[in-house]
Amino acid sequence: MKIKGSQILIQALKQEGVEVIFGYPGGVVLDIYDELHKGDIRHILVRHEQGAVHAADGYARASGKVGVALVTSGPGASNTVTGIANAHLDSIPIVVFTGQVPTSLIGTDAFQEVDIIGITRPCTKHNFQVRRVEELTRTVSEAFHIARSGRPGPVLVDLPKDVMNAVAEYTLESFRDEDEPQPRPPSKKAFQVLDMISEAKKPLILSGGGIILGGASQELREMAWRTKIPVTSTLMGLGAFPGTDPLWLGMPGMHGTYYANMVISHCDLMIAIGCRFDDRVTGKIDTFAQNARIVHVDVDPSSINKNVMIDVPIVSDCKSALASFNRLLKDKNFTVTDDQRRDWLGMIDEWKRNVPLSYCHSEEVIKPQFVIETLYNLTKGEDTIITTEVGQNQMWAAQFYKYDHPNTFLSSGGLGTMGYGFPAAIGAQLAFPEKLVVDIAGDGSIQMNIQELATAVQYKIPVKIVILNNGYLGMVRQWQELFYEKRYSQTDMTYAPDFVKLADAYGLAGFRTAKPAEVEEVLRKGLSTPGPVIMDFQVDREECVYPMVKPGGPIHEMTLGGREMVN
Amino acid sequence: MEREKKERILSLLVSNKPDVLARVAGTLGGRGYNIETLCVDATLDPKVSKIILTTIADQPTLTKIEKQLMKLIDVQQVTDLTKIATVMREMMLVRMKLTERNKADIALIIDTFGGRVVTLNGDHCVIEISGNRDDIEKALQSLKPLGIDDMSRTGIIALERTK
Ligand SMILES: Cc1ncc(C[n+]2csc(CCOP(=O)(O)OP(=O)(O)O)c2C)c(N)n1
Repeated sequence: MKIKGSQILIQALKQEGVEVIFGYPGGVVLDIYDELHKGDIRHILVRHEQGAVHAADGYARASGKVGVALVTSGPGASNTVTGIANAHLDSIPIVVFTGQVPTSLIGTDAFQEVDIIGITRPCTKHNFQVRRVEELTRTVSEAFHIARSGRPGPVLVDLPKDVMNAVAEYTLESFRDEDEPQPRPPSKKAFQVLDMISEAKKPLILSGGGIILGGASQELREMAWRTKIPVTSTLMGLGAFPGTDPLWLGMPGMHGTYYANMVISHCDLMIAIGCRFDDRVTGKIDTFAQNARIVHVDVDPSSINKNVMIDVPIVSDCKSALASFNRLLKDKNFTVTDDQRRDWLGMIDEWKRNVPLSYCHSEEVIKPQFVIETLYNLTKGEDTIITTEVGQNQMWAAQFYKYDHPNTFLSSGGLGTMGYGFPAAIGAQLAFPEKLVVDIAGDGSIQMNIQELATAVQYKIPVKIVILNNGYLGMVRQWQELFYEKRYSQTDMTYAPDFVKLADAYGLAGFRTAKPAEVEEVLRKGLSTPGPVIMDFQVDREECVYPMVKPGGPIHEMTLGGREMVN
Repeated sequence: MEREKKERILSLLVSNKPDVLARVAGTLGGRGYNIETLCVDATLDPKVSKIILTTIADQPTLTKIEKQLMKLIDVQQVTDLTKIATVMREMMLVRMKLTERNKADIALIIDTFGGRVVTLNGDHCVIEISGNRDDIEKALQSLKPLGIDDMSRTGIIALERTK
């Protein structure tokens, strides 16, 4: 039987196991929305297309499944670009469907026509324009396959209106992922790594987002525990290794812990897995891990030797590489005694003791770090997912909350997109309705996708928003304080809405405090109030994030809270 | 590793689709690599096109370019022809005004470089010369003083000598 393109699309999505679509309608996607009206697939009506893409992204990061967004042509499509670029830089599997003017009008500057294929070519893993209805099923299936295979990423599928109206036979056509096996490490390399581990006196594991994307946390833990090698992880990899484990070093880099950066600078072997040596992690390249031989495992060959020169490159997905290391360690009965690691772990303990992550608590004014610490104490052990906005709030969330599980810290790493956290929290909450989902926000960032409050209220999505309200674009102000002699050019955000009244206007609960003594109470109240909640914490306006490595400086040279440089 | 910056020839097998060239060009351009010459044509398989491009790069940069190109879904194969024995050719068409004084010289140059006269219209002729880059450059330099009207050059095409 022949059916319409719009019907084929829904069938193909169901075939891919899509449970929820984040979207926003418009002229050229009316046929698709008419099909959605039948209710086969849940649709969440966002309030801005950027929100749809971030929500799909948050859904994907939390669940490991492919997130889906659907928007109209022209402005609907162009509004998705930031969300797509964000997913691209963090390698998040999403598929974005954009409406397009009918094929006969493409290229004529028709009403609401943009060349979204051209616009998103450099920020998608791949994109398609479906020009014939016969290609639709296969294209959808291929899009999902590309999004989730190898190094994952966003795929855009552009759907001209006439293709949605045309009829064709629907035949099941799917791309099976097994057809294309993931690259595995050659066993020679695994032996080499084992030898290097045996020889190393000061080994380190640097793990990245690839561990989470590849579902390799268990394998990572097994390897670290068996070899007693300490672990540091990039922002994208937080949660892959437990934040409460004695071998855990915290995050390295610009706002990394003192001890993680010292370990990187002193280690003699670095096993880097599923990370890409971003400049925020490495600082000055020439001095990065300068005493170490570096093993780098990544599924994407183009990540290897891109920024840092590698001694042992291994192109492999993280899970099978780690599994093969573990198998070998087991077969060879590899053991390390506490004695063998005593010097190295002792040195690290001393760094940890001497310069722990810290801040000066105050009884007068709320320290933002104190809010996060209290939030952690109230929610640890529970099934909690934390999302963040961008800026100081993000760094404090990375430093002062301890993540014990993968897929529980969702943050815009590569693009640093303000306005990511809240819609991402909505997506994560839809993937896990039972979990507690908290967006740690700044007062600037939260205003970038604040319109999604209506979405949260409409669908009763109980996301909790914790605003660390410093009345500044805090991270930019921090740079102005440190590098521009406190000339706070255009970073004062005092003119902001009253967030409690705003919550009320949107129909959700809102709480506020400026007193340290009330922080716990407000958090308890906010977290236990059903439905979405805003908690507005009026924090110390000029608190800075420390440690801090100067941009472009070596990572072992950090400014600490007291402003002294340490080596 | 070869640190010397020199001309590198890449041969790409790609899907024969409308926007593949834009993807390839964008991948190089977006990362700040210049395409010096470019030739695109169909292969024996109508679904596959071959792109021969040259760029000036050192070896580490070229490796990065190759890896980025391989990430494109529509790129099936990337070969660095600089490293293997290949036949390379460029072609040039030159239009000249013939005079009593330059006729003999032009004929000599055509003869030297194995070229030929493609058309002769009144006192204008179009000459075709093909060869490697050096030959083309030399022929061009020799013809210049004799009064070139206009010219057009292809990029490099290249083929491995054996399989
Ligand atoms: C969309 C976007 N625009 C601009 C920036 C640059 N930027 C980085 S951090 C920051 C300040 C964020 O302020 P706020 O959300 O209040 O968080 P805080 O740093 O105060 O915690 C800005 C403007 C950005 N990252 N994203």
